[in-house]
Amino acid sequence: MKTKTSKKAISARRRETMAAYGFLTPNLIGFLAFTSIPVIISLVMSFMHWNIFRAPTFVGADNFRSLLWFHREHGRLAPNDPFFWQYVGNTVFLMIGIPIGMAGSLITALMMNRKLRGIVIYRTIYFLPAVCSGVAMLILWKYLYNSDIGLINTTLRSIGIANPPDWLGTTFWAKPALILMGLWGGLGGYNTILYLAALQGVPSSYYEAAEIDGAGPWQKFWAVTWPMISPTTFFILIMSIIGGFQTGFMTANVMTGGGPAGSTTTIEYYLYQTAFEKFNMGYASAVAWFLFAVILVLTLATWKLGGRVVTYD
Amino acid sequence: MIRSRLFGNIAVYLLLTVGAITMLVPFLWMALTSIKQPGEVFAAGGGIKWLPDHFLWRDTIVHGEKIRAWWGNYPDAWNEISFLRLYLSSFFVAIVGTFGQVLTSSLAAYAFARLRFPGRDKLFFAYLATMMIPGSVTMIPVFVIMRKLHWIDTYQALIIPGLFSAYGTFMLRQFFMGLPSELEDAAKIDGSGHVGIWMRVTLPLSKPALATLTTFTFMGFWGSYMWPLVVTITEPLRTLPIGLRYFVGQHATNYTQLMAGSMIALIPVLLLFIFNQRYFVEGIKLSGMGGK
Repeated sequence: MKTKTSKKAISARRRETMAAYGFLTPNLIGFLAFTSIPVIISLVMSFMHWNIFRAPTFVGADNFRSLLWFHREHGRLAPNDPFFWQYVGNTVFLMIGIPIGMAGSLITALMMNRKLRGIVIYRTIYFLPAVCSGVAMLILWKYLYNSDIGLINTTLRSIGIANPPDWLGTTFWAKPALILMGLWGGLGGYNTILYLAALQGVPSSYYEAAEIDGAGPWQKFWAVTWPMISPTTFFILIMSIIGGFQTGFMTANVMTGGGPAGSTTTIEYYLYQTAFEKFNMGYASAVAWFLFAVILVLTLATWKLGGRVVTYD
Repeated sequence: MIRSRLFGNIAVYLLLTVGAITMLVPFLWMALTSIKQPGEVFAAGGGIKWLPDHFLWRDTIVHGEKIRAWWGNYPDAWNEISFLRLYLSSFFVAIVGTFGQVLTSSLAAYAFARLRFPGRDKLFFAYLATMMIPGSVTMIPVFVIMRKLHWIDTYQALIIPGLFSAYGTFMLRQFFMGLPSELEDAAKIDGSGHVGIWMRVTLPLSKPALATLTTFTFMGFWGSYMWPLVVTITEPLRTLPIGLRYFVGQHATNYTQLMAGSMIALIPVLLLFIFNQRYFVEGIKLSGMGGK
C-alpha cells in the first residue's frame, strides 16, 4: 500500500516537472538565444578584432587596452582613446539634469498632492511630454532650438536679446540645451507619478502628530515627508543614473549627430557608431562591457548602501 | 489658518498654471507652425509669429498669389513619407510582438510561481540577474545572429528578439504568487490540468497585471528606435520612428511640413493617452515601480 502511493507521488512529481518545462520552453528559447548566449558571444567578441566582413582575429586584451588605458606622450600620460573619455565625460555631464529633475518632480508632486479642484487636468497636461516622447518630440525640440526660426530664440529676440545663442550649434550650449529639454519632458513624467504614489502612502496620522508638536509646513516636510519618501527618492536616483549611462542615442541620432565636435556624443552613441557605422564589432563589445561593469558596480553598491541611507517604515 | 491655506492654494494654482503653460507652448507652436504657409514661419526681423496670416479652407488666389488652405501641409506630409505604410508596419510589429511577449511571459511566470521542478530557484535567479545586463551588450551579438540567419530587413528581426522578456516574466510571477490558491485547487479537484488552470483561472484573475504589461510592452515596441534602425535597411519595413527620422533628414528646412508630419505621428498617441489618462497612472503603481 505504502509503496504504491509513493510511486504515484513520484510520477505526479515527474508530470509536474514535465509540465513546468512545457510552460517554460518558449521563454527559455528566447532567454538562451537572445540573452545568455549573446552575453557569452559578446564577451568573446570583446577580445577580438572583427569588422564583420572579414574573419575575426583574437587579439587578447587589445580592445580594452585601447579603450581604457593610457600611454606616455611628450612625457605626459595620454589616454589611448581620448574620444572615449570625452564621451564618458559628456554622459556624466548630462546627468546634472538628474537631481534638478528629481527636485522638480518632487515639487510638482507635492503641489499635485493637494486636494484641489481640477488637479486631474493639471496631471494630464504635465504628463503629456512624457507620453509623447520619441522621435516626433525630438524633431519638435530641434526646431524649438533652431537659431533662426526656433520659438526659443524668436522669444529671446523679441524681449531684446539681440544675439541669442545657437543652442545646438555650439559646444558650450549644446549639453545645457539637452538637459533643459530633458527637464521639460520629465517634470510631470513617471518620476512625478512615483512621488505622488509615495506621498499618498504617508499616513496622515504622522502629520497630525507633527502638528500637535507644533511643526510648521517646512518642518513637517523635513521631519515626516522627506524620510517617508526616501525609498522612492533612492529608487529614482539609482534608476536614473543606471539609465543615464545608457541614453543619448536617439537624441544624438535625431537632433545633433553627436556634435558639435562630439560634445553631445554619449557612450551609447559611440557604441552605435563603432558597431554599426564603422562595423568594429570587437571594439564596440568592449565598450558595452565597460557599460556593464559600471552598471554592475552601481547595482551592487545600491544593494549594500540601500539599507543604510533609506528609512523604511 | 484657513486664510493661509487659501493663499497657499492660490500660489499652488499660479505655479501649476505657469508650469502647464510651459508644457503646452511647444505643442501649440508645433500645431500653429504646421498650418502656416511655407514662407511665414517667423516674423520679419526674426520675432515670434504665432498666428498664420491666412486661414483659408481651400486653396485661393489672394492678390495674384496662391495661398494654400490651412490643412495643406498635412496631405503633403502624409504622402511624402507614406505614413499609412509606417503606421501599418509599426502596428503589425507592436501587436504581434506584444501578444507574443505577454504569452511567453505568462507561461513562464506560471511555471515559476506555481510548479515545483528541479532547478527552479536557480533558473529564476538567472532570469533576475540578466535584468541588469544593458541592452547594448546583447544588441551586437543578436545583430550578428540576425545576419547569420539572413533575417536583416525582415519582420522576424523586428519581432522575434522582443518576444522574450525577463522583466515581464518577473512581474507576472510576482503577481501570480499573490493570487489565492483556493481557486486553483478547486480547478484541480475538478480535473483541470495545468494548461486549463493557467488559461481559465490564473489569467482571468490577473487582468490588471496583464493589462499593465501589455501597455508597457506595446509602448516599448511602438517607440523602439535603435533596434529597428539597425536591422531594417529598405523602406517597406520601416516603423514610424524610423520613417520620421528619414523625413527629417530629407526635409530639414521644410519646417511647416515637418511639423505637420510630427503632428500626424503624435495625434494617435495623444488621443490614446487622453482617453486612458487614468489608466497610465494606475498602471505604473501596479507594475511595482514604486521603489518600496
